[in-house]
Amino acid sequence: MKRLVQTLKDGLWLQNVVFAQMLALCPTMAVTTSGTNGLGMGLATTAVLVTSNVLVASIRSLVSPQVRIPIFVVLIATLVTLVDFALNAWLHDLYKVLGLFIALIVVNCAILGRAEAFASKNSVVASAVDGLAMGLGLTGALTLIGLIRELLGSGTLFAQASLLLGPAFRAIELTVIPGYGGFLLMILPPGGFLVLGLLLAGKRALELRARKANAAVAPASALA
Amino acid sequence: MKLAIAGLRDRLAYQGVSLGVIALVASAALAFAVSGTRERIAAAEARDLQASLSQVLPERFADNDLLADTLEIGNGDGSSRRVYLARRQGEVAAAIFQTSARGYSGDVLVLVGIDRAGVLLGARVLKHAETPGLGDKIDLAKSPWILSFNGLSLATLPAEKWAVKKDGGVFDQMAGATITPRAVVKAVKEALDFFAAHHTEILHGGKTP
Repeated sequence: MKRLVQTLKDGLWLQNVVFAQMLALCPTMAVTTSGTNGLGMGLATTAVLVTSNVLVASIRSLVSPQVRIPIFVVLIATLVTLVDFALNAWLHDLYKVLGLFIALIVVNCAILGRAEAFASKNSVVASAVDGLAMGLGLTGALTLIGLIRELLGSGTLFAQASLLLGPAFRAIELTVIPGYGGFLLMILPPGGFLVLGLLLAGKRALELRARKANAAVAPASALA
Repeated sequence: MKLAIAGLRDRLAYQGVSLGVIALVASAALAFAVSGTRERIAAAEARDLQASLSQVLPERFADNDLLADTLEIGNGDGSSRRVYLARRQGEVAAAIFQTSARGYSGDVLVLVGIDRAGVLLGARVLKHAETPGLGDKIDLAKSPWILSFNGLSLATLPAEKWAVKKDGGVFDQMAGATITPRAVVKAVKEALDFFAAHHTEILHGGKTP
């Protein structure tokens, strides 16, 4: 149980895919032009990540180390294609927004990374939790970057969220700055790099401060 | 069981076979998914097409099924384009088809509706990859710019006026983006030329009178 909690913590914050492992930067830059896009991409990736982790963990004793990478790649590519078909068939309106990015999940190295680093060495349950934690960590990161870029770039928050989550969520679609002309830089890829860089610096600062606080309280344990 | 597999895993044959089995299972799953979703996807795409077709026509303009009433007309270069016919009481009242021109990044795909007299009923950009915030104002969701084409025809606007204002024409260009509106104007003009060239063929629904 304690290990599962640790896995959750790792995924959400300590080993966050974007903010700590610096993986998945390609979809991060490409889709985070709005909070809704980030959220949708994050959730789709989470679904693939959990399923691929479970599959990889359940066949881990059958797979020879020599051919594991091609097997994982085939599995992940198949899963992503299935998600692509399913979205296109049942959530067609969302597919029109996210369709271009679904294929990007294949090249998301975080998924192969988790298959290789975690699922191929751990039980099915632990791998599912790891996939969920990493996925939610990614979703949080993408949504946060998306929201900041959307606010600065077009003055709205969660625009078109009802397309993703259903009409009930129209209430969270906010126009924060009415009549805002837009700040193009934030919508274009450089904006993504700027926001990501500032967030990374912020996370580092928080960690450094926490470490300093720990060192002041218990200098002996900080050395360990 | 586990021990047996542990020994097998180092055999070359086992590795090859296991990779093959995985590939087989994956292809089976994909084949299953394709056949399971094909109808729904086709239906959704038909709905999309229907929706965009009716966007370039005035409301309740046609009384036929646009998707079923089509005509293939050659472009003269071996390719052909599909023309959707909007009929009223059996008579062709308007034609809808796609046209495209090279934009700032890739082709801009425009759908136009043209009535019997060659007057443009409407135009919509179906697909583009223009710069967000600059060139994407050709999209009706972002700006009403594309509506400025409504009601124009080759007869009311001379050929040299089919250009953005910067080039001596009548259409507004966008701040920071001239190439994109230029491409749309070119595409729409091309559509009207195409309609004029195939006028009789379209109005008779493909049948020679």
